[in-house]
Amino acid sequence: MATLMTERKRSALTRGRLPKYTPYAIAVSAVIVAAALMALAGFNVFGWAFLAAVLFVVGNVSSSAIVEGRRKATDKLATSLVLGAFLVALLPLISVIWTVLVNGVPGLITPGFLGSSMNGVTGAVDNASVANHTPVMGGVYHALMGSVLITLWATLISVPVGLLTAIYLVEYSDGNKFSKVITFLVDVMTGIPSIVAGLFAAAFFAMILGPGTKTGFVAAVALSVLMIPVVVRSSEEMLKIVPNELREAAYALGVRKWRTIMKVVIPTAISGIASGVTLAIARVIGETAPLLVTAGFATTINTNVFAGWMASLPTFIYTQIMTPTSPSNPDPSTQRAWAAALLLIILVMLLNLGARLVARIFAPKTGR
Amino acid sequence: MSKRIDVSDLNVYYGDFLAVEDVNITLDAKSVTAFIGPSGCGKSTFLRTLNRMHEVIPGARVEGKVLLDGDNLYADGVDPVTVRSQIGMVFQRPNPFPTMSIRDNVLAGVKLNSRRMPKSDADALVEKSLQGANLWNEVKDRLDKPGSGLSGGQQQRLCIARAIAVSPDVILMDEPCSALDPISTLAIEDLINELKDEYTVVIVTHNMQQAARVSDKTAFFNIAGTGKPGKLIEFAETATIFNNPGQKSTEDYVSGRFG
Repeated sequence: MATLMTERKRSALTRGRLPKYTPYAIAVSAVIVAAALMALAGFNVFGWAFLAAVLFVVGNVSSSAIVEGRRKATDKLATSLVLGAFLVALLPLISVIWTVLVNGVPGLITPGFLGSSMNGVTGAVDNASVANHTPVMGGVYHALMGSVLITLWATLISVPVGLLTAIYLVEYSDGNKFSKVITFLVDVMTGIPSIVAGLFAAAFFAMILGPGTKTGFVAAVALSVLMIPVVVRSSEEMLKIVPNELREAAYALGVRKWRTIMKVVIPTAISGIASGVTLAIARVIGETAPLLVTAGFATTINTNVFAGWMASLPTFIYTQIMTPTSPSNPDPSTQRAWAAALLLIILVMLLNLGARLVARIFAPKTGR
Repeated sequence: MSKRIDVSDLNVYYGDFLAVEDVNITLDAKSVTAFIGPSGCGKSTFLRTLNRMHEVIPGARVEGKVLLDGDNLYADGVDPVTVRSQIGMVFQRPNPFPTMSIRDNVLAGVKLNSRRMPKSDADALVEKSLQGANLWNEVKDRLDKPGSGLSGGQQQRLCIARAIAVSPDVILMDEPCSALDPISTLAIEDLINELKDEYTVVIVTHNMQQAARVSDKTAFFNIAGTGKPGKLIEFAETATIFNNPGQKSTEDYVSGRFG
């Protein structure tokens, strides 16, 4: 019988290892040293954080290089760079959300903000509310309705056009010249500045209905110019990943091509298509420039997209900031603008959550 | 119902590339015919020309005649959809529709064509097709569950049930067992033996024991080299092909000396 070999005290398979608490210790000392250095040069929070981060990375990497060897040190350096880049990318997002929350919540919770329009809210009303310290009057109901209706009509135009284009590209074109041209043009359309889309819609309706035609529908057309390429692209990708085997299985059962597309291909891809559409909506609901030149400004509720000027959340924010209702007391207008901005962010967030929900609801069911 | 297939002077192309050259073969009704041969020799390509699935691939075309009980599949004005509803196909990898339940998968041929069918008839068809595919006992309690939740062998039998639910005259099988374990393979082979009582069955296989076990007649395809067209070398009773082949290359292939 072979004797068991005893375990060696120091394994030949391991190298020096820093204790687990080392990074925390280095972090604490980096923060303290940075604070001391900043106190000498004149203290500010941003410089302190930056210096502490640099000191931490240098300390962490060099200690690891001395004790643990080069590979571990490189690993730590790369980890620090990746994490640093992530924090830098996150900073503006958090800053924006925080600023909008702080400035927008007071306006958003003012009674009547969601339920009333700016109809009858004049400079005198704002001056009075500031003078008497009463709640700010006026609201975004008209702008909210405008945004929802314009986006709804833009979706009604874009989804059929975009989806049918994607179906042509994936199912019928066989990669011919025409389809390559379409793909190229769709890519170009994705990059069109939004103001150009607005000018196109304004000029188009000026030509057929007379100059100065500004309605919600014109705005919807402008937005759909921005939305169609997004819908085409996302639907195309989703249709492409439907396995060819499923199409062949349907053909082999004697099913016609268009029925195969309607009943096999699209249902299989519907979750991706629906979430792509929702994201496209989220992308255009915050567009400002095309709405300025197509829907005009309104202070009253207009639910008819085919007649009259229409307000929307982005243009509401723009007008409230640029031309306050009461030039001598701009604070109520500023408050309304921030509240509308918060509302817009909440809408976009809800749409994104909706996209996830839609994707989950429509996803092919599995289970035994 | 089952029908015979007569193929004469068939050339199959991908674009300008001649993939299979000059095939003449007769597939008897109510029998199992196996196609064997090395990879890339055109067995599957030829099989797909028998129900006009070949032309689904862009640029693919066919010259020659395929007669289904005397009707040329490639005559002017023949609708490939009609052809495919009479000649069903089972693919190499099981491909049930992921959005449909087991029941809907079986009824796919009916439902996708929006044919109306009373529920009692539909239920009867589901049971008959699943029993025909030896799957009924395994799935009868969970017909409303997704077809993708079944095991690979069960999925393949579900695909066979789906194919026989449209009551075709001929069933083509393109390596139906290559993705399956030996037990599932056995189940499918038993099923093929039962299917030939009612259908004309054509099966492509890489497994020579399988060809010997299930088929009445065997066709050996071969290819002279890369870029050359595949050809039908020999077609005879299965026992003849395996025991007393007429061609040297057939003998080499079935005895494992090459390929």
